[in-house]
Amino acid sequence: MTASPGGGLPGPYGSGGGGANLADILERVLDKGIVIAGDIKINLLDIELLTIKLRLIVASIDKAKEMGIDWWEDDPALSSGARRAELARENNELKQRLAELEERDALEPAETKAETKARAKASEGDT
Amino acid sequence: MNAANADQHGGGPHHDDLRYVYAVCRPLAAPLAADLTGVGGVPPRQLVHGDLVALVGPVPERDFAEQPLRAHLEDLDWLSETARAHQRVIDALTTVTCPLPLRLATVFRDDSGVRAMLEDGSERFRRVLERIDGRVEWGVKVYMENAEEAKDTASEASDAPRSGRDYLRRRRSQRTAQEENWQRAEGFARELHERLSGHADDSRLHAPQNSELSRTPGRNVLNAAYLVSRAHSEEFVELVDRTKDEGAGAGPLRVELTGPWAAYSFTGDADDEEGTTA
Repeated sequence: MTASPGGGLPGPYGSGGGGANLADILERVLDKGIVIAGDIKINLLDIELLTIKLRLIVASIDKAKEMGIDWWEDDPALSSGARRAELARENNELKQRLAELEERDALEPAETKAETKARAKASEGDT
Repeated sequence: MNAANADQHGGGPHHDDLRYVYAVCRPLAAPLAADLTGVGGVPPRQLVHGDLVALVGPVPERDFAEQPLRAHLEDLDWLSETARAHQRVIDALTTVTCPLPLRLATVFRDDSGVRAMLEDGSERFRRVLERIDGRVEWGVKVYMENAEEAKDTASEASDAPRSGRDYLRRRRSQRTAQEENWQRAEGFARELHERLSGHADDSRLHAPQNSELSRTPGRNVLNAAYLVSRAHSEEFVELVDRTKDEGAGAGPLRVELTGPWAAYSFTGDADDEEGTTA
């Protein structure tokens, strides 16, 4: 970076100069900055781009990775540890659901179970 | 387009290109980097009108006329590339002046449209440029790490919940702890904002960033912008740096600093900014 008038300006922190954090950049270029009615009329506020797009970004991490947007990987709080925590949470929920299903299964009438088994056998024979 | 709109930048761009305007500023004292490119990979140029300058770049009508532009804005790929290009130009400009950044995709038919815009808004532009002169914007965010999920990971290894009821009970107690953390985080954020505002010429509180949507452990409890003179910026940065340790001490809080930005959050007139002033 070249020297600034007034000098002594600290180097870029985070996304300012480095251009790393897309969410921060989108927040500013879409939502802040002076609004001037150009000849081409697009009202960004109408489209609610900020929320829609940010939602897209965070909702489809795989899609974003495909496009090379991986800013969250530089962010310690959002890195693999975070996804491990999410997996642990899902794991717990699945265990709970499994326990519920097993309980319900035990109460089910015997003939239903027999039927299910018979069907399973039949389909095994098919393959 | 008619012949009256003769191209002033010569060569390259087509006559029917539209004009993408990045920023309005005072005439530049130093030149922009020669290799700087903006939207579409094209270098921006200065369109001087009186004592104001618009930084403009030619963009193709096939991408920036109303219909294609609307469609493009729904395309995340295109949007992020354009946003980065826009920010690249604003960043470069911020190293040589204190520009007034325009919102993404402000497009005019031709140079005369840009001139008319500068003429019509000249009073407003001068007023805002005066206000942000010699100043930059710093962004400060406070995140609360998600204690709930962290605990889950810790307990997961040693003792998994034995039953659904056990699991739900555990979640409930975690939620109470989370509530306390949340209040502590808010208190910390409020106090930090007051302190930083005292060291800034102006400040804005923005909506927390996509916290519920992100499904990640960081919950954004403060998202603020501070207008700070270049001369005091180093001091301001040091002040924020010091609070990072305090945040770590006050529960699982993380303070994040971004900048220096052009004064994006301070481009409105004093009268048309309702309720955002801290």
